[in-house]
Amino acid sequence: MKSKKLLLPSLSFLLALFVSGLLVAFTDAQVLALKNNPLSMISKAISTAGNAYWALFRGSIFDPQLAESRFWEGFYPLSETLVAASPLILTGLSVALAFRAGLFNIGAQGQFIAGAIGASWVGFTFELPVVLHAILAILAALLFAGIYGGFVGLLKARTGAHEVIVTIMLNYVAGYFLLWLLGTTAFLRLGRQDPLAPEVRESARLPHLFGPELRANFGFIIALVAAAVIWWLLNRSTWGFRYRAVGANASASRTAGISVARVTTSVMFIAGALAGLGGAVQVLGSEYAMTSGIGGSFGFDAITVALLGRATPVGTVFAALLFGALRAGGLTMQSSTETPLDLVLVIQALVVLFIAAPALVKAIFRLRNVDSSQTIASKGWNG
Amino acid sequence: MTLELRGITKRFGSLIANDSIDFAVADGEIHAILGENGAGKSTLMNIVYGLLAPDEGTISVDGKVVLINSPIDALVAGIGMVHQHFMLIPVFTVAENIVLGHEKTKGPGFLDLVSARKEILRVSAEYNFDIDPDALIEDLPVGLQQRVEIIRALIYDAKVLILDEPTAVLTPQETDELLKNMKKLKDKGTSIVFITHKLREVKEAADKITIIRRGKVVGTALPSSSQEELASLMVGRPVSLDVDKKAPQVGSVTLDVKNLSISDRTGRTLVRNVSFELRAGEVLAVAGVQGNGQTELAEAIVGLQEHVSGSIFFDGKDISNKSVRAALHAGIAFVPESREEDGLIGSFSIEENLILDVHDMSPYAKGPVISQSVVAQEAQKKIAEFDIRTQSAKDPVSSLSGGNKQKVVLARELSRSVNLVVASQPTRGLDVGSIEFVHERIIAERDSGRAVLLFSTELDEVIALADRIAVMYRGEFIAIVPADTSRADLGLLMAGVKP
Repeated sequence: MKSKKLLLPSLSFLLALFVSGLLVAFTDAQVLALKNNPLSMISKAISTAGNAYWALFRGSIFDPQLAESRFWEGFYPLSETLVAASPLILTGLSVALAFRAGLFNIGAQGQFIAGAIGASWVGFTFELPVVLHAILAILAALLFAGIYGGFVGLLKARTGAHEVIVTIMLNYVAGYFLLWLLGTTAFLRLGRQDPLAPEVRESARLPHLFGPELRANFGFIIALVAAAVIWWLLNRSTWGFRYRAVGANASASRTAGISVARVTTSVMFIAGALAGLGGAVQVLGSEYAMTSGIGGSFGFDAITVALLGRATPVGTVFAALLFGALRAGGLTMQSSTETPLDLVLVIQALVVLFIAAPALVKAIFRLRNVDSSQTIASKGWNG
Repeated sequence: MTLELRGITKRFGSLIANDSIDFAVADGEIHAILGENGAGKSTLMNIVYGLLAPDEGTISVDGKVVLINSPIDALVAGIGMVHQHFMLIPVFTVAENIVLGHEKTKGPGFLDLVSARKEILRVSAEYNFDIDPDALIEDLPVGLQQRVEIIRALIYDAKVLILDEPTAVLTPQETDELLKNMKKLKDKGTSIVFITHKLREVKEAADKITIIRRGKVVGTALPSSSQEELASLMVGRPVSLDVDKKAPQVGSVTLDVKNLSISDRTGRTLVRNVSFELRAGEVLAVAGVQGNGQTELAEAIVGLQEHVSGSIFFDGKDISNKSVRAALHAGIAFVPESREEDGLIGSFSIEENLILDVHDMSPYAKGPVISQSVVAQEAQKKIAEFDIRTQSAKDPVSSLSGGNKQKVVLARELSRSVNLVVASQPTRGLDVGSIEFVHERIIAERDSGRAVLLFSTELDEVIALADRIAVMYRGEFIAIVPADTSRADLGLLMAGVKP
């Protein structure tokens, strides 16, 4: 049962790697130059793709060169993977939780920014004792982003406004609001004219996990704890029972006396807070200062991560680690081989494509009896 | 024309829907296919009509094997079908619907409706169908819409007409009309395959009866067989068609509904000024053709309808503005019309479905935590009490049969402390065994002093269970009559004719 659940996402990922490998190999000028000699062309193609993926591995898990002087330094790339994965786990959980309640939260991006603003502002404005400062900054992020998400849920519950449209629009609002905010005196760094917020104080920063040289920080622990809490919420609590019930069949839930409006509002609040926590982890854990690009694509990648993780907390953690690794390794791949960083985007896109088309993957691997209804991506928004 | 099926087999995965079925319709014969829901009747007819491809077997028309891959092939071979749910476009006229898919044009792309209208008038006159080719479908009563479907088949020269559960949507009078028309068609040489699970109609109209059970032909019978014999063949064991019940022990007023009106979002009135009293220990059955406001009335009592005026008093307290949860926990059991959509969450386990309404109450939850062990224990008890046939309480409810699904709903709803049972079409789509179970349970609830409000479109069910009968027509209670009112009088009321 467990292994079956992993089968489809894993195969989709392998298939994506394979197709991307073909792309890398057969767009390479050196490979194409050998087109009159098929055998050496194929071997060159294999080595080109192999090199790219080896660089991806060195950039994301373990680099033997770095390990030469001190062994543990070889794990520097893994630390980078954790740094990239932590906010993704949180935004991924945000999307996954909403999915389980039948809501499509496209707004993790905006909620992430709302959280980053909250954490950053508390982080650089106040002077507070060490642990307390970080906690307050995180609480501010949870509150800002929670309200930002909860507002969407409230709109849906009261007026029926579709959350997909509203969250997409609110992403723009958050992005441009941040841009405006960075131009105001409160958020302008002393002596700078470009949109760059002041650094958060030392007291608000999240501690490093493995010493000052590795960037891996407490944000990863926060993400894991959040995943555990969401797992408990969904599978053991009365709240989660209602969320899952409404997500699986809203009309039967209503008939059994469950308030769908309350579920919609509270789920969107929690989903927003999770994405905002991701923003806080990014600001307090690794960036320290907010720029207009703080959001990156954490909110959008979150959708892919949640799909790949099949909207379960555990699956989301693993999917986010995978995407974090791709993100960290992609940089090394770009610098040490000819392969552009965009390949990582291609791999991500292909993973989504294959997951959204389970029938295709099943046909390719001649699988039977794998329940494709478990893949959310092939369902409609209201399905 | 004769139609002969030989060795038709159709599998869906591991399920064998049709297992080497042999079946033949003689020229000018009304041949009934009798079977329970899920026996494979519709699958078989969809194969004949080209909507499904058989895995094995052949179809012959007039002794020659034909290949039917689409409804067009079926029409060409002379086979017409009237589906249970009509394939008509409501905003089109009769003529437009009939030419749909076979449009003839005149000159540069002008639709030729004139010849279609002539044809319709000719067929309509021939059979006394009384159909106006220019009427909009949505303005026609269901019985006439069905005639439009039949005319369509006749215009395309159907020699064998398949009627799939044609009486499910009709009033008793419309049903009688249909049976008469079937005989007329037969006299003019059309063979008819009549699919149904209603014994009375089979006995009345059929020349020959083929009984299907679990995908197999289990026997043939003549209309002279008794209803009990037919039912036993259909179910595979002796069946008693009567419900044993004692005289009701009527108590105090449990439900008092006054001037209840319900409208939809657009302001259209669905239920108009309904008033009635229901006492403890009695069954009030609401009869009526589907779609006359029964669904909305049932939902309004537990608070599922939004635009409601009037008052609903339950045990002396006004519950008309209460939430669904408040109404349920005040002591109302609600069995919704659609099990799959409103009664159960298919992907949830049986255990979880059993606590949908009480998941956050003692003993299932302590604070915000659901106690898995209590949920499992209570589920075992209910599975035993309601005889729910399943491998495990952890199985998704969607894996159960219709009857067992309904038992899950009943087990959940009747486990609260309840004074009123509101059951909407509780036996729709169930097999005979499950129907017996549900009927016995409803009478048991009545006998234990609970009030029962039963909504049913099946007149047999209404007559078997009711202590009083309310007839609903176009959103109104047009009469509340005693349980011994004759079938004919009830039929007239259901058609809106006041006594």
